[in-house]
Amino acid sequence: MARAVLRVVEAGPHCSVQDGGRAGLMRFGVPASGAMDRVALALANRAAGNPAGAAAVEVSLGGLVLEVEEGRLSLAIAGGGFVVQAGALRCGSWSVVTLTEGERLSVRRGPWGAWCVLAPAGRLVVPEWLGSAATHALSGLGGGAVAAGRRLVVEEARVLPARDLPCPVWARSRDEVAVVIGPQERFFASGQIDRLLGDAFRLTDAYDRMGVRLRGPSLAPEGALGIPSEPVLRGAVQVAGDGVATVLLADHQTTGGYPKIATLAGAELDGFVQLRPHDTVEFRAVTPEGAAGMARVRAAALARMRMT
Amino acid sequence: MDFPRLVCVSDRAVLVELGARAGDEVQARVWALDHALATDPVAGQVEVVPALVNLLVVFDPMVTDHAAVRADLRDRLAVAGAAAVSGAEREVLVCYDGEFGRDLAAVAAQTGLDEEAVIAAHLAGEYRVAMYGFSPGYAYLSGLDESLRLPRKAAPVRGVAAGSVIIAGRQCLVTTLTMPTGWWIVGRSPTRVLTGDAARPFLFDVGDRVRFRRVGLDDFHRAERA
Repeated sequence: MARAVLRVVEAGPHCSVQDGGRAGLMRFGVPASGAMDRVALALANRAAGNPAGAAAVEVSLGGLVLEVEEGRLSLAIAGGGFVVQAGALRCGSWSVVTLTEGERLSVRRGPWGAWCVLAPAGRLVVPEWLGSAATHALSGLGGGAVAAGRRLVVEEARVLPARDLPCPVWARSRDEVAVVIGPQERFFASGQIDRLLGDAFRLTDAYDRMGVRLRGPSLAPEGALGIPSEPVLRGAVQVAGDGVATVLLADHQTTGGYPKIATLAGAELDGFVQLRPHDTVEFRAVTPEGAAGMARVRAAALARMRMT
Repeated sequence: MDFPRLVCVSDRAVLVELGARAGDEVQARVWALDHALATDPVAGQVEVVPALVNLLVVFDPMVTDHAAVRADLRDRLAVAGAAAVSGAEREVLVCYDGEFGRDLAAVAAQTGLDEEAVIAAHLAGEYRVAMYGFSPGYAYLSGLDESLRLPRKAAPVRGVAAGSVIIAGRQCLVTTLTMPTGWWIVGRSPTRVLTGDAARPFLFDVGDRVRFRRVGLDDFHRAERA
C-alpha cells in the first residue's frame, strides 16, 4: 500500500492531531477534545474519502508548513478562510490539493476563521489514547501536538482529483450566537442576564483549546463563591468572581466551581470557534427545545453536504 | 429551594441538582442515581458525570429530548433514593520520605501535630472517590482526617510532579500531571490513576473507597518500575 511521509517544517502554537473526540469519559475527568470545528473535520474527511471522525491535523491561526518527504498524496482542507500554498498552486481552505515528494504545503491565516483541518486521503498513523487520536492539550495524551520536526506518516495514501470544495454558509464564523440561559442563572441578577443578551462582547487573546475569555460588561455573580464544583458542558459561559466570562471549548475542564450564566447551543460551537481574538459576538437566548431543534437541522444539513 | 431540581442545559443535557451543600447524605444520593443510570440508562443517554451535589446527564438530541429525559430521571429518582453504594476498595501506595513529603513540616506546624502524627492521620483517612475533575484522572478523595484540614496555600507552587499526594480542605488527591498546585504536598505515590491498561484505564470509579499504604523509598522505586 502507498505510504506518504510529511515533515512538519513550521507550526504555530495549538496545532495538533484531532479526530471526532472521545465522548463519554467526562466522569473520569476527560473532556471529549476532538476538532474545535467539528463540521470542518467531518467535511474534510468526507472530501478525502475517510470515515467522518478520522484523525486529521488541526491548524491554528499560527499556521503550518509541511513538506512531503516520501510518496504522493492528496489532502482535503476545510475550515475557516485560510490561505493555502500547495506546491505551485495557491488556493484557500475548502480545497483538495495533491503533493508529491519534495513539495511543500503552507496553511496561513487568511481573511477569516481561526481553525482549519487538513485531512490526508489515507490513514494518519498516530498514537491513540482511550480509543481516540484526539489530543488533550494539557496532558498531551492522544495523537499529540504537531510541532516543527515531527514526521506524520500516512498509510494507504491516495491521490484524488484536485478541486475546490463548497463551504456551507453555516460553517462560517458568526457574530450572533444562540445560547440557552443557565444552568446557574440563579446566581445572576436579571440585569446581568440582560447585559449578556443586550451587549456586545469581544473575544480576547486568552484563547486556546480549553476556552476563550471574553471582554465586555462585567457579569459579576452574587453569592456564588464557594459553590461546589459541578460538571461542565462544552460551550458553557462561566463567569469568575471578577465578572469576566469565559466560553469553555473542546479541552475544557470537566468540572468547575464558577457559575455558568448560559451555554452555547451545540450547533453554534463550530461557527463560534471560527471567530478570532478581538472579533465581536452577541448572544441571543433560545429555549433548550429550540437549541435541540437547531442541532437536528444542522445534523440533517451536514448529512446532505456532497463533497465529491 | 427544593431538591431535586432538573435543569435543562443547552440542547443535550439535564443537570440533576440534589442539594446546595456538599455532604455525605447528598453525596449518597448522587451515587445512588449514578448507579441507577449505569444499570438502567435513560433512552439516548450519552454519559453521566457525577459531582458533589449534582450530576449531569448528557443525551443525544437526535434520539430524545429534554422532556423525555426529565420524565425518565424523575422515575429513577423516585426509586434510587439514597441507597448506599458500597464502592470497591482500592489501595494506593504512598511514600512520605524526603522531598516527596516536602510540605509535611508546614502541615505539622499549622496543625500542631508532629510529622509522624500527620502521616498517621493521613493514613487513617476514610477516603471515598467523590468525583473526578480538572484534568484526566484527577480523582477528588473526600474523607481527609479532620485534624489535617487546611485552606490552600496563598499562592500555587509550580511544577509539582505527577504522582504527588496533595491535601486541602476535606480532600486528598493523587495528581496525574506535572502542574502548579496550591494544595499541600504530603507524599508521592507510585500507583498510577491512569493505569495505561486499555481494559481498565482508570484506577477508580466514583464512589470507590481508597486506602493509602505507606512505603519506603526502595518499595516506591520498585513499584514505580513495575
